[in-house]
Amino acid sequence: MNLHEYQSKQLFKDYGIPVPAGHPAHTAEDAVQAARDLGGQLWVVKAQVHAGGRGKGGGVKLVRDLDDVSEAAEAMLGSNLITPQTGPEGLPVNTVLVETGSDIARELYLSMLVDRGSERIVLMASAAGGMDIEEVAEKTPEKIFRTFVHPGSGLMGFQCRQLAFGLELEGKQVGAFTRIVQALYRLFIELDAGLVEVNPLVVTGSGEVIALDAKVNIEENALFRQSAALEKRDPTQEDEMENRASAHGLNYVSLDGDIACMVNGAGLAMATMDLIKLHGGEPANFLDVGGDATSERVAAAFKLILSNDKVRAILVNIFGGIVRCDVIAEGIVNAVKEVGVSVPVVVRLEGTNVNKGRELLAKSGLDIITADDLTDAAKKAVGASGR
Amino acid sequence: MSILVGKESKIICQGLTGRQGSFHSKQCIEYGTQVVAGVTPGRGGSAHLDLPVFNTMSEAAAATGATVSMIYVPAPFAADAIIEAVDAGMELVVCITEGVPVQDMIRVKAVMGDYDCRLIGPNCPGIITPGECKIGIMPGFIHKPGSVGVISRSGTLTYEAVYQTTCNGLGQSTCIGIGGDPVRGMDFIDCLELFEFDDLTDGIIMVGEIGGSDEEAAAEYIRDNVSKPVVAYIAGVTAPPGKRMGHAGAIVSGGKGTAAEKFKALEAAGVTTVRSPADLGSALKSRMGG
Repeated sequence: MNLHEYQSKQLFKDYGIPVPAGHPAHTAEDAVQAARDLGGQLWVVKAQVHAGGRGKGGGVKLVRDLDDVSEAAEAMLGSNLITPQTGPEGLPVNTVLVETGSDIARELYLSMLVDRGSERIVLMASAAGGMDIEEVAEKTPEKIFRTFVHPGSGLMGFQCRQLAFGLELEGKQVGAFTRIVQALYRLFIELDAGLVEVNPLVVTGSGEVIALDAKVNIEENALFRQSAALEKRDPTQEDEMENRASAHGLNYVSLDGDIACMVNGAGLAMATMDLIKLHGGEPANFLDVGGDATSERVAAAFKLILSNDKVRAILVNIFGGIVRCDVIAEGIVNAVKEVGVSVPVVVRLEGTNVNKGRELLAKSGLDIITADDLTDAAKKAVGASGR
Repeated sequence: MSILVGKESKIICQGLTGRQGSFHSKQCIEYGTQVVAGVTPGRGGSAHLDLPVFNTMSEAAAATGATVSMIYVPAPFAADAIIEAVDAGMELVVCITEGVPVQDMIRVKAVMGDYDCRLIGPNCPGIITPGECKIGIMPGFIHKPGSVGVISRSGTLTYEAVYQTTCNGLGQSTCIGIGGDPVRGMDFIDCLELFEFDDLTDGIIMVGEIGGSDEEAAAEYIRDNVSKPVVAYIAGVTAPPGKRMGHAGAIVSGGKGTAAEKFKALEAAGVTTVRSPADLGSALKSRMGG
């Protein structure tokens, strides 16, 4: 679950990590008031969306008088911001963050995440801040410093100092950097973060170290014990279909094609998408109905699939293990009747009670195309989609 | 016995009295698995499914001599349950539970370094040696004793591969679902090593997914260490970057962990790869000279 920059910065403040003075605003008037309260003559107005690359999309504006604050906020609020990391529709801007402008001497990069290979939390720092870190990693990997944290010791001071000297920080900056990194690590652990990224972490003209940007992601599996974070969820930044799916215990990801799939199990669901593609079609979604697909869930899944009007055919692929195929078949028949499916439905069942299941489908009188195996199912679905 | 578990394995179920634990333990027992006890804190001294229930793993282990634990406790308590099993001297812990926080697993793995115990999972279907011992949620009837070792990050997709080798007569020595989480117990290499040295295994099927670099590491290992034929499939060719595909670990991030990269690495190591999971069984059969 992603947090907005202004939410992440509030957490940073709570953990004692220096950030520029700033206030979130929901209207242009509030933005001007925020700038007035902050004082000074230089402000930054930043669109709050769950995507990076905001500067490139016009979502970060440096302004020098209050009229310009108003104008920038007015332009951003209520619009959709398109960045290299959003889709072509962009993401809605409902909040802007108004901050005091900073005097930047150096831009650094700092992040923390779980490294799968080492099974440790890894810290990454680079002197090439403000840039796309994946590009830095690709072209100049030697410019990225890494340190891995043993869960027994936690993050040690020497590790922070190693990074600080690697980044060529000097004097008091080394201590300031160390305090920031230690605080970030505490935040990471206490909030069950999946990712914390500060890009850039800046050194100001007067030698202070400040987090100019902040990105925090909380791991979904840990949300049961992070109720405070859960309150910060912003559904307007998430895919509506995906949210509706998860409310029904379904796992759904939107894709661009026209053949919808409904599958039990994540691996088989991915494989089903791949098979559609392999046989010349384009999958419309990833959809895992789970190991214990009840008829209610199957009905909910059909409704979800059909709310995407690009769908030209539906492929249902179920390997009945613990779940019996006759139960699944019954669910499909009920759902098709209840929801009123208007596109061809190809069903491939395998596993426990498969013959009974196929019989139920055949007897239903519904226009259901049955398939014998994976390949047959994919071919029939591609054919039915009218390609 | 094939690898890790067999007829003589004695199993304790942690979370036996819960809905999932009850349902699946019953199926395991019907398959012929020696489930000998359950552990549910506060329910010690009672019986469930005709099995004695204990308050703690150490009591259950001492009373039964079991060396394997099967875990169905809910995600918030899974890390605690795994470490309790490890601390009670289990040789193998199979954690079926889905949704365990990754930071919990980091701590679990660090602790496990101090013990001589293997972990399968979490978020996995479990392990089965057909005809002998089933620990997990896989449907027993699709399996058949035979010569193929199966290793997979997926659940139902594994059943596809298994069923194909049942239908074409090869059968399976042991099937291991290693699970779809980023930080987990046994990986492909641990299983490959055991299958390579197992006399009952003549060929290996590997089912991978997008995300991470375990398949690439496995490819390197196979090239240098595995003499038996290996056939592999990777799910997620069409998965969009940056999107988690059901499993916590199935994500292409920063252009890394794509199916294309994994296929390439495996092919370079002499592994036969298939672009459709429907071809796994037949591809292995022809590699094994069937």
